[in-house]
Amino acid sequence: MADLLEAWNGEAVAARDVPLVPLDRFQDALCAALGAGGRVSALFGRPHQDNRVLVTAVVAEDRESRLGLLSTVVGARWPSLSAEFPALQAFERELAEQFGVVPEGHPWPKPLRFEHPHVPVRDAFGRGTSWPDIPGDYPFFRVEGEEIHEVAVGPVHAGIIEPGHFRFQCHGEQVLHLEIALGYQHRGAEQLLQGGPDARGLRVAETIAGDTSIGHGLAYCRALEALAGMEAPPRASFLRGVALELERLANHVGDLGAMAGDVGFQPTAAACGALRAEYLNATAEICGNRFGRALLAPGGVRFDVSADEAVRLADKLAGAFERVREAVQLFFRSPSSRNRTDGTGVVSRELALELGMVGLAARASGLSRDVRRDHPFGLFRFSHLPVATAETGDVFARAWVRWLEIERSAAFVGDNLRSLPESPVRTQLPALPPDRLVVSMVEGWRGEIVHVSVTDGAGRLARHKVKDPSFHNWMGLAQALRGEQVSDFPLCNKSFNLSYAGHDL
Amino acid sequence: MIEILKARFRLGKQTVAYPEGPARFPQRFRGRPVLDPARCPPSCAACLESCSTSAIADAGQPTMSLDMGRCLFCAECAEACPAGALDFTRDYRLAMRTREELVVRADRGEEAMLARALDARMRALFGRSLRLRQVSAGGCNGCEAELNATSNIQFDLSRFGIQFVASPRHADGVVVTGPVTENMLSALRRTWEATPGPKLLIAVGACAIAGGPFAGSPVVNDGLAGAIPGVEVDLWIPGCPPHPITIADGVLRLLGRVAGDELRLEGTGIVVAE
Repeated sequence: MADLLEAWNGEAVAARDVPLVPLDRFQDALCAALGAGGRVSALFGRPHQDNRVLVTAVVAEDRESRLGLLSTVVGARWPSLSAEFPALQAFERELAEQFGVVPEGHPWPKPLRFEHPHVPVRDAFGRGTSWPDIPGDYPFFRVEGEEIHEVAVGPVHAGIIEPGHFRFQCHGEQVLHLEIALGYQHRGAEQLLQGGPDARGLRVAETIAGDTSIGHGLAYCRALEALAGMEAPPRASFLRGVALELERLANHVGDLGAMAGDVGFQPTAAACGALRAEYLNATAEICGNRFGRALLAPGGVRFDVSADEAVRLADKLAGAFERVREAVQLFFRSPSSRNRTDGTGVVSRELALELGMVGLAARASGLSRDVRRDHPFGLFRFSHLPVATAETGDVFARAWVRWLEIERSAAFVGDNLRSLPESPVRTQLPALPPDRLVVSMVEGWRGEIVHVSVTDGAGRLARHKVKDPSFHNWMGLAQALRGEQVSDFPLCNKSFNLSYAGHDL
Repeated sequence: MIEILKARFRLGKQTVAYPEGPARFPQRFRGRPVLDPARCPPSCAACLESCSTSAIADAGQPTMSLDMGRCLFCAECAEACPAGALDFTRDYRLAMRTREELVVRADRGEEAMLARALDARMRALFGRSLRLRQVSAGGCNGCEAELNATSNIQFDLSRFGIQFVASPRHADGVVVTGPVTENMLSALRRTWEATPGPKLLIAVGACAIAGGPFAGSPVVNDGLAGAIPGVEVDLWIPGCPPHPITIADGVLRLLGRVAGDELRLEGTGIVVAE
C-alpha cells in the first residue's frame, strides 16, 4: 500500500490528500493490492479539466480494517485490467458508460446499465446518437451449433419482480451460458444526489434499493456525518443497528420462504411469508413505515422508543423467532427440498474471490467477509456479530448462511433493544466543509454497500458514488447457472435475490 | 408429516381481520394527512421547504393542499411545522379513482374521500374475479414487495378472487410501479398492448403516480400519466410504499367489494401514543 492514502470506513479525508499518480503507477498499485488479497470496494470517475476523467480507487484491506485511496487522470481510453482481475469488469464498464473511458482489451466490453454519459463524450461502445431500445440492441454472447437453442426471459417476468433480461444458451435442458442484461431500472440516482445535501437526498438513498432502505440510508447519513466531522448520539447508533438487523431479518426470512416456494415446499413458504411481516412490522412500530423509511436522519434518528416499548417489542420478536426456527427447520429437514438445493448453482470459493463477490453470497462460498466485522461502524464497533460462512457455495449454502444470520441477528436485536443507552437520538448536521472525501460502508442484508462522497469548494456534494452489493454479485449468479438445468434458474436467482434497482441506480 | 402439521397448528390463523373486522396498524403509521391552515403562522413556509417532492401548496391559505400522489409520507413537513397545522392520521384508505382526488384540500372539510366503484358492467366482469399483471418500471422493490405481500397468507387477496398472473394475455389489468424509466417504457407499452380488453390500469406508489423521489430526473417519465398514449389510469394507490391493506382497500373498493366510510382501526399495543 505504498502509494495509497490510508483511511477508515466513515473517516473523512481532505480530497487533495488522495495521491494523484500517473496511470501506470495507479494500475500497478491496484494489481499489487488485488494480488495481495485486497479488494477494490469502489472505482469511480469525476469530471476533470480538458475533458479528462479523475479516477479514484478505494482498496479494502479487510484484515487490517483499512482502506487505501488513490487517484489518476485518464483520457478517452485506458488499458483494461479485467482479464487479469475479473472483479474489475463492472467498474471498467461503468466508467466507460459514465465517462466514455474505453477499457482497451476488456473481455466483456458491453454497456452496464444503459446510462447516459455524465459528461458530453463519445459513446464508448460505438453506438449511434439514438438511444437504443434495450435489450434488442445488446450484443449477446451466442453459442453456435445445430442443437443449441436460446431462451430469452424478461424484462417482464412471471412474478412481481423487478425487470432484467436473462439470455440462456442451452443444449437441451442444460445451460451452457447465461448472460444478464440490466439497466431497465436506471433512474439517475447518482445525479440526483449530486449537489446535495438537500431534502431529497435521503429519500433517494432510501429507494436506491427499496428493500435496503436502512442499509443505503445509513450509508448516506454516515457519509454526511463523517464529512461534517460528527457522529450520531449513542442511542441513535443503537436504534440504527437494530433497524439494520431488522431489515436483514425481514429479507432473510422472506427469502427462505420464497426459496421454499420455488421448490414447492409450501409449509415453509406460507409460514415465512407471514413471519417476514413480524420484522417489517417491528420496524413500523419504531418509525411508522415497514421499510424503515423516515427513521433515519443525518445526525441520528427521528424516532425514539421508551424502555417499556423496547422490551415489549423485543418480547414479541422473541416469540416470532421461535416460529421462524420451526418453519425453517421443516425446510432444511425436508429431503425433497434438499434434493433441489444441495449441489445446485455452485459458486466455488476461487470464483467468488475472482469476481469480488460480497455479502451472504460470498460467505456461502466460504469467503469470510463482512463489513460489520472488517470495517465496523456505529453499534457494530461495540456489539459484535459472529460472521456466518458455509463451504459449498450452492443454493443450500446461501439458504444456510441466511438461517445462521437470522439466528445471530435475532439475538442481537433482542439484546440491544433491552439495553438502549440513555442519550438524545438526534443532533443537528452542520454545514459540510469544502473539499472533503469519505468512504461510507455498511453491511446491508445482501452485502457490502459503499457510498463515496466528495464535497466541492462550497461544501456541496460534487459526487456521491453509490455501489450496491448486487454490482459484483450479478456476475456470480450468471456463473452459477453454467451446467445447471434451465428450470433451476428461478431457484438459483432467488437464492441470490439481487437488486435490479440497486445495480441500475 | 406430523412435524409439518404440528408447526402448522402452532402458527395458527394468520389472515388479517380486514375487511370484515378492524385493520391493525402501529401507532406511528402515517396515512391520510389533515391540514389546518388557520394555525399557520404568518408567512411561514417551513413545510414547503422541508418537502422533498413539492407535495404541499398554498401553505397558510384556506386553499392549502397536500398532494398524496407526490407525498412520500415521511412527515418531514409535520416535524418542521411549528404550529401543528399539518399532521398524518392513521386512515389507511388512500386510493382514488382520479389524479385530482389525491390532492387533500383544507377547504374540502374533514370528510375523507374514498375510491368509487367501477360501473355495473365492469363490476359484473371483474367483481368476483380479477387477474392482474404487474410491471415494475423503475420500482425500487418496495411497492413490489408490498404487492407480493397482498398474496401471502396474511392479506390473502385471492380470497376475493384477485390474483397476479404470469402473462399479460391472462390478465384483466396491469399494475404499474416505479417512475416509468426511459429504459422500461417500451416494455411497459408492449405489456399493455398484449393485455386483452376491457382492462384496467392501476398505479401503485408515489413513483408510479408522480415520479416519487425521482421526479424530474431526465431518465424517468415522472410516473404513469401519459406513459401509454391515450390510456387513463383507473386507480391510483399512493404511498412509499403503500401498505398492503391500503392496496387491498383500493382494489376492493374499485370492485365494489368494500363500501361504506366507517373507519375501523385497531392498535398493536407495543409502541403507544405519547
